[in-house]
Amino acid sequence: MDKLNTLKHSELSDLFNKDEERVNWHDDTLWWIRAKRDKAAHGISEWELLRETASQIKNNVLSNLYNYLIEFESKAQANGIKVHWAANAEEHNKIVLSLLQSKGINQMVKSKSMLTEECHLNQYLEDNGIDVIDSDLGERIVQLAKEPPSHIVLPCIHKKKEEIGQIFHENLGTEAGVSDPQILTETARIHLRETFLTRKSALTGVNFAIAETGEFVVCTNEGNADMGAHLADIHIACMGIEKIIPKKKHLSVFLRLLTRSATGQPITTYSSHFKKPRKGQEMHIVLVDNGRSIQLGREDFRNSLKCIRCGACMNTCPVYRRSGGHSYHNAIAGPIGAILAPNLDMKEYADLPFASTLCGSCTNVCPVKIDIHDQLYKWRQVIVKEGNTTVAKTIAMKVMDFTLSSPTRFKLAGKIGRWTLKHAPFTVNNQFNLWFKNREMPEAPKESFSEWYKRNNTEK
Amino acid sequence: MSRETILSAILNNQPQATKLPEYLQFDSPSKEVITEKFVQMINLIGGRVVVIHKLEDIDLYISEHFKVSDQIITPIEGLKYYTSFTGDEKPHQFVNTEFAFFKTHFAVAENGAIWITEDLMGQRVLPFITQHLGMVVEEENIIVNMHEAYKIIENQDYGFGTFIAGPSKTADIEQSLVLGAHGARSMTIFLVKSVPKFFNT
Repeated sequence: MDKLNTLKHSELSDLFNKDEERVNWHDDTLWWIRAKRDKAAHGISEWELLRETASQIKNNVLSNLYNYLIEFESKAQANGIKVHWAANAEEHNKIVLSLLQSKGINQMVKSKSMLTEECHLNQYLEDNGIDVIDSDLGERIVQLAKEPPSHIVLPCIHKKKEEIGQIFHENLGTEAGVSDPQILTETARIHLRETFLTRKSALTGVNFAIAETGEFVVCTNEGNADMGAHLADIHIACMGIEKIIPKKKHLSVFLRLLTRSATGQPITTYSSHFKKPRKGQEMHIVLVDNGRSIQLGREDFRNSLKCIRCGACMNTCPVYRRSGGHSYHNAIAGPIGAILAPNLDMKEYADLPFASTLCGSCTNVCPVKIDIHDQLYKWRQVIVKEGNTTVAKTIAMKVMDFTLSSPTRFKLAGKIGRWTLKHAPFTVNNQFNLWFKNREMPEAPKESFSEWYKRNNTEK
Repeated sequence: MSRETILSAILNNQPQATKLPEYLQFDSPSKEVITEKFVQMINLIGGRVVVIHKLEDIDLYISEHFKVSDQIITPIEGLKYYTSFTGDEKPHQFVNTEFAFFKTHFAVAENGAIWITEDLMGQRVLPFITQHLGMVVEEENIIVNMHEAYKIIENQDYGFGTFIAGPSKTADIEQSLVLGAHGARSMTIFLVKSVPKFFNT
């Protein structure tokens, strides 16, 4: 992966696009999920009102985050939960490690948490002698494949069942050639039951944390978060500070929106409300900033913090569907990842806001009404202004600016273009022209629109 | 300490206060079709509904679906069950539970979710670790949607509570739906039918 990490979105997309059949399959699968989302959304007459309500609640959260966090902390403490604060990924990882070490624990079971992916917790713990097992089936599969998840809700959406069968054959002892999802899932169930029963520590993510009561909610379909948490002596829940919502009753709005937007289900199988540790158990919450307070101060981009991680923007995105999650070289892929990542490291992720057609579909499906495509467009301007684009792109943009800002130069360029397409097509129909990749160049029109307009006006 | 650093950064950077939306009344689905809608949702999410008239009817269901040697557990008092249960067990002791069934607070028609809190579970892990799950739902406790649900939950105190909607499931392998991921493989709703008023004497 190290080499892949230095590649940019367009190069990684090229790799993904080498297998056209797989790209089509990936595209179709995600579009099918998008269609299920539409069906679920259209089944509720007040859907748009729900989105607006969710958006307003989240706006309020961002405008009052200071008080909500303090309220949440004191309520959680009163419930017997220990609260920790981490300014960045490194501190978050250290807190988790020290909690485990203080108990002499060297094995942990973990349910899905994109935050820990963002912080690269697994690698850190492994480097420090802690064995971590991901318990969400999709996450377990990519963990065994030594890959990051390619989608926040569907971590191994890029993998074919035959490949998963091979991974299970090599790691879990299934017969070679077995690829039936039913058999593979059953194998994982048995393997992970053993894990749940033998781990003294469980880490979970957090979908929502309620300021009013100090409780937090974890949603899964598999039941893996609950199996881990209820069997472990110590439960560590990690959350970004933006996961706070003001009141318990607001959950009604978010739980109605979350899974319908994500997979088209009416609700996840389990929506578990953790308020107090069970008798004899320790419960910890790690509140993580890691750039979020900076993003909160960026007026144009703070709305990205409203995200509830449903993944609807990925499923609908024509670029994500055809480039794959790994092409975003970031824990969170897709349109939302492309507006969150530059806040963390503008240089490293300068390519991501350009990995979009700005079609706006992401904004239309977002359950909390984040203006995703507007933010992609705004990030481009910030990134160019700060000099984080490649030399080729900078020169190309300067040439465009030079040409488009003068009518004479624009007309001349059009003439040259039409002449070239007609008389010397080989100069553009080659690998040096990015527009030629995967498409034919258009046939050159006889004249430009202004030439046509002039001609028709004088004839009158 | 990071707490102060984070909080002061937030205080500096958070935008002008905006108002929370007024509580909005959403009312789909309609109240008349509430039981039908609920049954329909349970079937959609992979559960099944068995209509009963009294709790003892569950014994009949168990005798038809399970072996005498199966470990069957319920925290419901006064019912005949096959494995003794005190509630003081270690959670790991329930690993061989074949069937566990519970009383619940209410069920939600719009999505088939059933709300249950720790006091009704006996042990937090039990509804998850059991191979098969049963939930007793009184017909009169079926409510319309999640907004109604939180009007009830708002006034409850609990250490742990959860909505359960169907058997555990996954579609992580090529989007093929498989029931029985890590939690229960099946969910049976024992729907206690309300007796129409005029039958009451």
